[in-house]
Amino acid sequence: MLPAAALDAESAAWLCRLGAGGAERWAAERELHARLVRIALAEVRRRAASTPVTGPELDDVAHQAASDAMLAILAKLGDFRGESRFTTWAYRFVILEVSSKLGRRYWRNPPVPLDADQWERLPDRLGIDPQQYVESAGILAEVRRVVEDELTAHQRRVFTAIVVDQIPLDALAARLGLRRNAIYKVIFDARRKIRRALAANGYLEEPGLEQR
Amino acid sequence: MSDLDRLERFLRTDPRDVGCDEAMAVLHIYVDLMVTSGDAAERNPGVAAHLLACGPCAEDFTGLLAAVASD
Repeated sequence: MLPAAALDAESAAWLCRLGAGGAERWAAERELHARLVRIALAEVRRRAASTPVTGPELDDVAHQAASDAMLAILAKLGDFRGESRFTTWAYRFVILEVSSKLGRRYWRNPPVPLDADQWERLPDRLGIDPQQYVESAGILAEVRRVVEDELTAHQRRVFTAIVVDQIPLDALAARLGLRRNAIYKVIFDARRKIRRALAANGYLEEPGLEQR
Repeated sequence: MSDLDRLERFLRTDPRDVGCDEAMAVLHIYVDLMVTSGDAAERNPGVAAHLLACGPCAEDFTGLLAAVASD
């Protein structure tokens, strides 16, 4: 993405302190951990409206995320190549930990269970009002036909969970033991298949070559 | 925006989209570029395309940007 850059003074100081021994390293670790806790707490509060995790459990997620991020950062210090500021590199760990932990905690009290199959909500999910346009009913029927006839069982389950039942992507990834990218790729491919089918039936314009 | 426009936007895929793994691997670099020079999207169109299409990765991007801004 970018050539490795010369370290800025602050990043160099972090690496020096974390690479030192004794009290200096201990102080640097405590300072970094305190920052990670502060950022994790802010992040879980920022996401509070979009997760069923609430109250003290959110704080628990934040503290666990900070501790796990701290371990990962210390284990991967040698991977830091100065392509960003050290703190930005380090904060990425705690943000990703918060995402992952909130995804796993979703299943302790899920507002929607896996395989709920709420197909009656598809119009809402796609922003379509079947009462408003005659062609909307045809579009919805075609979307469902493609999902049922052209997607594999795995693709169908993932599409239904994410798009129809609106289970958070990270929660589904945690439940199925998959990486976020694997779930995203399934949805990406399903969107392309549905778009092609709708275009073939005249509901949408043919996609450009770059989208085929 | 019409129903069809909304649906078209939902179904639209960008071939430049690099996916979650690649976008998250460089998120720290992308965020620093955004903060320092503002040309992160121009220099990394594949990451920008992904962040427009992937809600969870966009959340992580927003969170990291907020974390950096809070320093």
